[in-house]
Amino acid sequence: MNALAPSLARIGAMVLRYWYLLSNSWPRAIELVYWPTVNMLTWGFVQLYVAQNSSFFANAVGLFVGGLLLWDVLLRSQQGFAFAFLEELWSRNLGNLLMSPLRPWEFVAALMVISMVRLAIGMIPVTLIAIPLFGFNLWSLGLPLAAFFAALVMTGWSLGLVIVGLLLRHGLGAEALSWSLMFVLLPLTCVYYPADTLPLVMRPIAWSLPPTWVFEGLRALVIHHEFRTDLMLGAFALDAVFFAGALVAFWRLLASARRAGTLLQQGE
Amino acid sequence: MADASAEPALVVRDLVKHFGAVRAVDGVSFELPRGRVLGLLGGNGAGKTTTIGMLMGLIDPDAGAIRVLGHAMPRERDAVLERMNFESPYVDMPHRLTVRQNLKVFGRLYRVPRLEEKIAALAADFELGPFLDRPAGRLSAGQKTRVALAKALINAPDVLLLDEPTASLDPDTADWVRGRLETYRAATGATILLASHNMPEVERLCDDVVLMSEGRVAERGSPAELRARFGCDTLEEVFLLVARRRRASEAETAA
Repeated sequence: MNALAPSLARIGAMVLRYWYLLSNSWPRAIELVYWPTVNMLTWGFVQLYVAQNSSFFANAVGLFVGGLLLWDVLLRSQQGFAFAFLEELWSRNLGNLLMSPLRPWEFVAALMVISMVRLAIGMIPVTLIAIPLFGFNLWSLGLPLAAFFAALVMTGWSLGLVIVGLLLRHGLGAEALSWSLMFVLLPLTCVYYPADTLPLVMRPIAWSLPPTWVFEGLRALVIHHEFRTDLMLGAFALDAVFFAGALVAFWRLLASARRAGTLLQQGE
Repeated sequence: MADASAEPALVVRDLVKHFGAVRAVDGVSFELPRGRVLGLLGGNGAGKTTTIGMLMGLIDPDAGAIRVLGHAMPRERDAVLERMNFESPYVDMPHRLTVRQNLKVFGRLYRVPRLEEKIAALAADFELGPFLDRPAGRLSAGQKTRVALAKALINAPDVLLLDEPTASLDPDTADWVRGRLETYRAATGATILLASHNMPEVERLCDDVVLMSEGRVAERGSPAELRARFGCDTLEEVFLLVARRRRASEAETAA
């Protein structure tokens, strides 16, 4: 425990840094809630409309809203991770941090913690709004929700790690990936429709992504009221592979940045 | 095992760094004994920033060795970073955080004991009181430099790396900064590496000077030795002579 104390102190310092940023800047805090709310309202009303015209959807309350809320968990965990790092580039503070005793793994741990904080600020109010408006209580999913959440956050962190590695190596030139990379997964991870809907050629790609297993699991729960452990195990197994790969990519990109001297040139 | 505390604060041996075809640092060697101030001089592209980057462990050298406080860099950087710090006008503190919040964060990163007392002492030393609770992004250039110096000294570093600490400051503020650095060195016996283009500043603060050109050490010695060697009245004249000698050599090679 004593050996870990200095690391925990430094991780705490970085979390405090990001907490100060959020508490000092109300537009940042509002932005965390704004988009999830707008998305949830849009898809919630789509679901209401479809349910009025289809007995299938009428009996599967929360299919769209549940998918959307879990998609936001995936998206916001990645963006919360990468955006916290981007703050260091935008404020030209990275040199101060890299020259400090902060170890790279401690930096990564702090980004994970703050991504959870940002996710909680953004998602908890939205999930509560969904209960009276659309009759969907995400929290009523209970233990499966914890499993869905953990699997999606792992995927979000994996992508966040790769993005941060690319930012270290290529500077703000790689900034656009922080905003857009996750959206490549939106059609492939089958958030709103079963994987069987995809053309045959795309299905192996979809099933190679951990979120596909999670969203299939959500549909099994919402439509058939059945928690599919096989799907969750598949998601976690793939997550383990993704996270290990992301760690390797991050360390390689960091080493490459040290060789190329880009840690001191973090502009565009 | 050799006594690390007996080694010079900085030892640089045959340092080489290429960026593609560009040889940014080409066989640089120097030592900086503990408690001394070394000026690292050179024109744009001379290799100063790359050398400092390698000293900080942010750039991997292609060849050569660096030891800081007896530890090999970058391999053992974790063993020395709590005893080092740096300041540069090209690196900022987070703009949205207040000065006090910034100092708290960096104090915790460096695990400074009795942090509140330390911040109060730095605020008094660097006259930060009037803007201690103002966002760092709303400070003037001079105020930012004072805050950056307070951050650089928050862990009372044994080795301080300064990259043009008075760039873009008015003469009065720059003089004030130099005075604070002299006070800190006198009080702690810290070792300081100062990269600067300001020759009067180097003459005032530095015991020794390494003058770099085209990635190599062109000249070294105390400011007085360099002036005597070139028969100049000021270090600025020495700098200009070395720079012109390099340009003449380039022209000769091209011809």
